[in-house]
Order: sequence, then structure tokens, then C-alpha cells
Amino acid sequence: MQSGKANHIWRKIKSAAASAVAFISAVLVIAPLGLVFFHLLVNGITSVNWDFFTKLPVPVGEIGGGMANAIVGSLELLAFASMIGIPIGVLGGVYLAEYGSARINSILRFLADVLNGIPSITWGVVVYGLIVLRFKSFSAYAGGLALGLIMIPLILRTTEEVVLLVPNGYREAALALGVSRWKTIVHIVMKTASKGIITGILLALARVGGETAPLLFTAFGNRFWNHNLSEPIAALPLQIFTYAISPYDDWHRQAWAGALVLVTGIFCVNVMVRILTRGRAASVV
Amino acid sequence: MALAASVSIAESSARERMAPPSRFGDRAFEWLTLAMALTVLVLVILIGWELWNGSSVALKKFGFHFLTTSTWDPVAEEFGALPFIYGTLVSSAIALIIAVPLSIATAAYLTELAPLWIRQPLVSLIEMLAAIPSVILGLWGIFVMVPWLRDYPFPFLKGYFGWIPLFTGPIYGPCMFAGGIIIAIMILPIITSVSREILRSVPNLQREAAYALGATRWEATRIAVLSYAKKGLFGAVILGLGRALGETLAVTMVIGNTPQIAASLFKPGYTLASVLANEFTEATTDIYLQALFEIGLVLFGITILVNLLAQLLLRTITTTSATRAVQ
Repeated sequence: MQSGKANHIWRKIKSAAASAVAFISAVLVIAPLGLVFFHLLVNGITSVNWDFFTKLPVPVGEIGGGMANAIVGSLELLAFASMIGIPIGVLGGVYLAEYGSARINSILRFLADVLNGIPSITWGVVVYGLIVLRFKSFSAYAGGLALGLIMIPLILRTTEEVVLLVPNGYREAALALGVSRWKTIVHIVMKTASKGIITGILLALARVGGETAPLLFTAFGNRFWNHNLSEPIAALPLQIFTYAISPYDDWHRQAWAGALVLVTGIFCVNVMVRILTRGRAASVV
Repeated sequence: MALAASVSIAESSARERMAPPSRFGDRAFEWLTLAMALTVLVLVILIGWELWNGSSVALKKFGFHFLTTSTWDPVAEEFGALPFIYGTLVSSAIALIIAVPLSIATAAYLTELAPLWIRQPLVSLIEMLAAIPSVILGLWGIFVMVPWLRDYPFPFLKGYFGWIPLFTGPIYGPCMFAGGIIIAIMILPIITSVSREILRSVPNLQREAAYALGATRWEATRIAVLSYAKKGLFGAVILGLGRALGETLAVTMVIGNTPQIAASLFKPGYTLASVLANEFTEATTDIYLQALFEIGLVLFGITILVNLLAQLLLRTITTTSATRAVQ
């Protein structure tokens, strides 16, 4: 009896120890987040000022300057990518949720998941072959296309998930009133799921907004303003990369500042998403 | 009788008034959405075709030797991808060794062991870590992590474990080990969140049965949950491997970018993705560009195989919840 009790205590201790180990693991997993944030703030905050948002980069040796062209360039690239990624992704997701046989859909879903796992640099190589080699010039079009293609499978999967969550009663009610199927889908189903669809789009934008690899040899980067989409264009992540691997201290400071701005932007989008999905905890995405 | 007649009249007139909904709109919308959905198929084919096409000359010229020789000399037009394949595999292996135990322990903590109030905040933090772009982690890597590793943990490892060939030689800073660690940080969130979904999909009956037999919390987790979910967890790890193999910017910034095969993890290395990132815009000759396309093809081949395996493993477990976490 006594030994049974001792054994029980020993098992309790083991359980507590396992919990402690798991807790420490969790802390180690999120530790990099805290460290990265801390260093971004410490190293970047002093260089984030009015000039950073309004000025062009200055030549080596001069102090100051900003990344205005890179910020605008990133937004232009994202806008162009959205024109490709959003319609294809959303409508494709609607097809998977509303039409199609189970067999074909599971294949398409499978392919979308496989596409999501393809390294982003591969997209850069492909678009380089498709656009840059053919038109003999790096361009904003190429960069935007690469980002747009990455967005397609991301948006497709999230759209499908949220459209499937719309109760069937909604569809039946609309169809019973004599509304045609496509109008039911557009006006009832997609409208009901619109919050979730927008959430998916925002997450995809936040994801490709920080992508550098597919832009290295498509958008290429530019130290000046460029509003001609068939020429190389600057992007914030690209500029951070170029500055980070340069040998100049002042450029390193700028890289930290750029990184702080980029991360802040991405986290703002994520917070927005959280507000959009509040009340439906973990049901979407 | 009269009543029935009037009903049938009412029916037919109603049918006349309500024109059948236009089939054209329905048909067109279905075809439109189908075309959009089929782009995923088109894209997979497009990637394969474009990479194959771009490297056709190199494929013919170097053949199988491309994968087995280790000279990378663009000037002499000699191209062997072995050091890059080696670097990719070794850095990913280091990443998995670090990330897998941490991620699975964290997933178990999040679903089984942690107090309820702590779970959701932790999940949010992990999602935030996943949102950090590769280039920013790389920036932090070169200016914070690598100097710290060089000054403290690396000399320690060398001092105590220097007799193992892995930890010999001079310590420069950027090296294979640093590359592996930064990849580990990049793949922690995805393995954790997929594992978490897998563990959540374990039926509660499993846990209840274990508790009913008097199991402690840890025993229930180990016996009833973790071993039940083994296959799914393996899928999560393979999925993480897929991401690790293709990780580009962060690795490029800390791995040292030297094409060599060395036993010591303190020596710089090079990965398939990094060589693309660094040399693509410098490719001056056609054959150089062809060789780089072939590197892209090799990378695409490896990652697609690994991803297929991961999806197959995950799909047999659960159809939706695991894939939801993938994104």
C-alpha cells in the first residue's frame, strides 16, 4: 500500500516535470519573436523619422535619406499582385466549395497545398524565365506577377474554407425563392462569407508583402522613383536585404529602420485580421 | 374536380409568369470559377515546364554529373551542384533536430498540458512569429544571432566537444550551424501549428479512457494522444522539412555562401536556394543561367516530393483541420 502511494507520487512528479519541459519548449519557441522585436526597436527606432518616409536613398557616404520609393514600390507591387491573385484565388476557392465532384476537388485542393509549399524563390526563377528573359528587362510587372502567383493558392484555400462554413439553409432559401444559382452564390453565399474571404486576402497580402526571394530577379530594385511598371522597381524587403548585406554602417541602420516599418505593417494587418475574426475564435483560417 | 382544374390553371400560369432562371448565367459562372480553380494545375505544370525548358541545354550537357560533382566554376563553365545539395540537406537536418522536439513539445503543451487561459495567447504569439518575413529574421541573424553564437555557444561546443569532427576548425561566424539554427526558427511555427491541429483532432475518448485508468496528465498525453497521433506528427515534420529545404533569404544571410563540403558545422556552406538568390542576376553566360535553372529544377523536384509525402501523411489523418494550419 505504502509503495503504491510512493509510486503515485513519483508519477505525479513525472507528470509535473513533463509539463515543465513542455512549458520551457513553448517559451523557447516564442523567444525569437521577443528577441527580434526587441532588437528591431533598439536598432531601428532612431532611424525611423520623417525623412525615412519621404526621401530617396542617398549615395554611399552621405548620412540620411529614406526609403520612400521602396515603400511606394512595395505598395504598387502588392496592388498589381492583388489584381492577379485575388480574382483567381477567390473564384477558384468558390468553385472548390460550391461546384465540382469530390474527386476533382480533392485533386485541386491537393495541388494548391503543394503549391503553397513550393519555395518562393522558385516562383522568382519561373517568372524570370516567363517575363524577364522574354522582354529582356526586369520590371514591376514581373515582380507583381511573381507575388500574385504566390497569392493564388493561399487565397484559394482560405476562401474555400470560409465558403464551406456558410450554412446550407442560406443557399436553399435563396434557391427556393427562384434566385439562380450563380446569383445565390455571389449575393448570398459570398456576401455571408465576405469577412472570412477578406481575412484570407489580408493574410495573403501580409505574407507576400514580406517576400524578398521572388523579387530579387523580377522587380530587381531601384534606387530612384519609378512609375513605369515595365522598369525595375524598388520594394521594401529588397531594400532591407541590399542594405543588410552591404558593408556600410549607415545602410545597416537604414535596414533596421526598414525592417521595423515592414514588421509593423505586417503586424497591423494581422491585428486587423484578429479584429475581423473576433467572436469566431479559430473558426476561420 | 373544379377545384383541381383551377389549381392546375393557377400552376400553369404561375409557370408562365416565372420564366425559368437563365441557365446561361449559371453555366458561365460555373465555367469561370472552374477555369480559376484549374489555374493551380496550370501553375504546377508551368513551373515544371519553365524550369525544364530553362535548363534543357545544361541537362543535356552535364547529365547526371551535375548532381554528383562538386566543382562550381562559372568562369571555366564547370557546374556541379553537390555542395549545394549537401548544404541544403545538412542545414535542414540541423533545423529539424532543433525544431522537431521543441515544436511537438509546444504543441502538446498547447493542447494537453497548459492551463486554459494561457493557450490562446501562446497560439497568437506563434502566429506572429510565423508572420515575420525571412529577410527580417536574416537581418537579426547576421547582426545579433551570429555574433552571439560566435562569442558564446560555439567556443563552448568547441571546447567540450571539439573531439567530434562536427565541432572542429576555426569559428568564423557565418556557418552551416548558424544557417541550420535560423531555418529552425523559421519552421518552428509551422510544425507547431500543424502538430497542434493534429493533436486537437485526436478523439476525446482516447484521453477519457486513459484518465479512467488512472493515468496522470503526462501519461495520458504520452500514451493516449502522442502515440495515437504519431503518423500525423510525422506528416507535420515532413511538411516542416519541405519549408526548411526551400528557405532562402534568412539562410543566405547567415550560412556564409561558400560551396564546399566540410565535416565541421563551423565552416560556411551554401544551399540550393541561396545560390539562386546570390548568383541569378550575375549569370553572364547562357550556360551559367542554364545551370542555375537546373539548380531551381533540383530544388523544385526535392520540395515537391517532400510536400507530396507530407500532404499524403496529413490527408489520411484529417481532411480539413491540418491543412487549415498549413497556411
